[in-house]
Amino acid sequence: MKYIDEFRDGEVAKTLAGKIAAQVRPDRGYSFMEFCGGHTHAISRYGLTDLLPPNVRMVHGPGCPVCVLPIGRIDMAIDLALNHGVILCSYGDTLRVPASNGLSLLKAKARGGDIRMVYSTLDALQIARDNPQRQVVFFAIGFETTTPPTALAILQSAQEQLANFSVLCCHVLTPAAITQILESPEVRQWGTVPIDGFIGPAHVSTVIGSRPYEFFAEEYRKPVVIAGFEPLDVMQAILMLITQVNDGRAEVENEFARAVSRDGNRKAQDRVAEVFELRHEFEWRGLSVVPYSALKIREKYGPFDAERRFRIDYTTVPDNKACECGAILRGVKRPQDCKIFGTVCTPENPVGSCMVSSEGACAAHYSYGRYKDMTA
Amino acid sequence: MSEVKRGYVRPLDLKHGHIDMTHGSGGRAMVQLISELFARHLGNAYLGQGNDGAVLPAPVLDGRAARLVMSTDCHVVSPLFFPGGDIGCLSVHGTLNDVAVMGATPLYLAAGFILEEGLALADLARIVESMARAAGDAGVPVVTGDTKVVERGKGDGIFITTTGVGVLPHDVNLGGARARPGDVVLVSGTLGDHGVAIMSQRENLTFEATIASDTAALHGLIAQLLATGADIRCLRDPTRGGLASTLNEIAEQSAVGVMLHERAIPVKPVVAAACEFLGLDPLYVANEGKLIVICARADAPRLLDLMHAHPLGRDAAEIGEVLADDHHFVQLTTAFGGRRIVDWLAGEQLPRIC
Repeated sequence: MKYIDEFRDGEVAKTLAGKIAAQVRPDRGYSFMEFCGGHTHAISRYGLTDLLPPNVRMVHGPGCPVCVLPIGRIDMAIDLALNHGVILCSYGDTLRVPASNGLSLLKAKARGGDIRMVYSTLDALQIARDNPQRQVVFFAIGFETTTPPTALAILQSAQEQLANFSVLCCHVLTPAAITQILESPEVRQWGTVPIDGFIGPAHVSTVIGSRPYEFFAEEYRKPVVIAGFEPLDVMQAILMLITQVNDGRAEVENEFARAVSRDGNRKAQDRVAEVFELRHEFEWRGLSVVPYSALKIREKYGPFDAERRFRIDYTTVPDNKACECGAILRGVKRPQDCKIFGTVCTPENPVGSCMVSSEGACAAHYSYGRYKDMTA
Repeated sequence: MSEVKRGYVRPLDLKHGHIDMTHGSGGRAMVQLISELFARHLGNAYLGQGNDGAVLPAPVLDGRAARLVMSTDCHVVSPLFFPGGDIGCLSVHGTLNDVAVMGATPLYLAAGFILEEGLALADLARIVESMARAAGDAGVPVVTGDTKVVERGKGDGIFITTTGVGVLPHDVNLGGARARPGDVVLVSGTLGDHGVAIMSQRENLTFEATIASDTAALHGLIAQLLATGADIRCLRDPTRGGLASTLNEIAEQSAVGVMLHERAIPVKPVVAAACEFLGLDPLYVANEGKLIVICARADAPRLLDLMHAHPLGRDAAEIGEVLADDHHFVQLTTAFGGRRIVDWLAGEQLPRIC
């Protein structure tokens, strides 16, 4: 397949693995955080760690949209579907995330909630047009990648004066999450989570560009290499990070130049700025309350804000006590360090969000890599 | 199926008519539907007996009473018509294949129809004709059946349950518990065609790839494979859940592991592209005309040669081997050079967000 196979070539991977092995200094360890769940998935699915020297460790980051969504937000969506009688439209991954009272969107659907999986915000808009007598709410989650389509849906429905369409906005921001990790005591004070650099987001960066990461490179002296989601992209990025560390450099480099520019997608940024503004704070699963880390719908588009329209409020709900998703999302623990990993918590019966999406660190390790724990 | 004397005049309007509740009432409308549609297309001597069940001759092989294989399968596909087939031929192929992978020669089929009020008779006729064609091509008659009608909103147009009976030769013993370390895994062709054909048709996904379902009856190919006398341990058709689920079942039943080689697994480029686009893994996508063969290594080359010469096995390939593994994992060496588990499917395959 053109533009795909080239980035999954096993022979090129071998050459890159050889270069990485030649570059790493045996006297030190290298610890890199891949921020995005897309990278976590690629690393597990292609067995990429098998190709890395033992002193290169990949730390999974919080960049999995489903994983960082706190229980209280899913409770709001379930409340809309079960108690407000709306048609709730959601992206597929979100349906299985466990919420309060043993519910998930999928289980709420079985209880009679009209919950529909959509591939695009435009599908949700169409459902609203087709059902003028019903209220239709799009459950908008995700980082900067999924934010522009939500902005477009709101602009479109404003133009069409769709009175029955609104958005439950849970969009979050990547740079704020990276700052939170770099400022965490585990990284900054105790050094229990060594991070020598970041693999920067792929799709997110196509929207926001590479410029926002320059701050991290300068301020925190951490190299950032923006990389695509294909396995060779990740290998190349690891090589570039190792080279930067060895050279004592901390710069933003762009491995994903075929899609990412320094300024990103200006048109998308303008639409987002038109519709959304910063929330003062937002609770993330794992990272707790992070200031200015999420978006809300501007007053001007208030009629399309489901929180306003249905007067629903967010309530914090603590995670299951045994669940280590929080620590795993901060890179403090690995999936296999969690007591309930693979026993109580499995992809069939996820306790924590990291076991839900295939981008989640736990699901990726369970589905693709757990043989390593067994034979080790 | 029962048939009574014709007491009505106007024939079924197969062009513009719809199923209504009377077609399931047991009265004349139902009898008319049966005789003018089902019996007309599926009719044969057994069906024509007109009783609540069909009287069938017991198979005798080489003077001994033969063993029977019986299998049943419910079909609920949406949309009802898709590139490469429809729910009618699918319901015949699905059950024939389930009987055939046991090593049996399929003899008879039974069919149960649950029709939703409002179903266009033209659609029903198309489906029944397609069933009749599939059963005729396979040489396996539908010998009995049943029809019920449910109210609008309580069905999805039509559900079809088919049951198949076949006769098992004395010397054939296939089963999921018979795989052993050293065996090899063959597959008769490209994976994921059916599932992707269906998904590309679903109304909320206008995905314009020209992918046809692979729905087909495999008993002819299977009969040829068995006739070689090769040491075949197990045959399966990897339908719902795809190759991954089928191999996990076999690994569990046989208490072995399986190692697959990603590079060797045949997937059509257009299917791979669609899966890439939808965030799906072709190893988990349904097939309706593919065969997994687990056999002794020494027999693999001639079975592959035979499959390559058959229209349903042109893309056949050896894709992996059976290993000793206490954890019964199905694993994969990736084309990239790494290794990973190919796990059971958890829930449904849902598209990723990012």
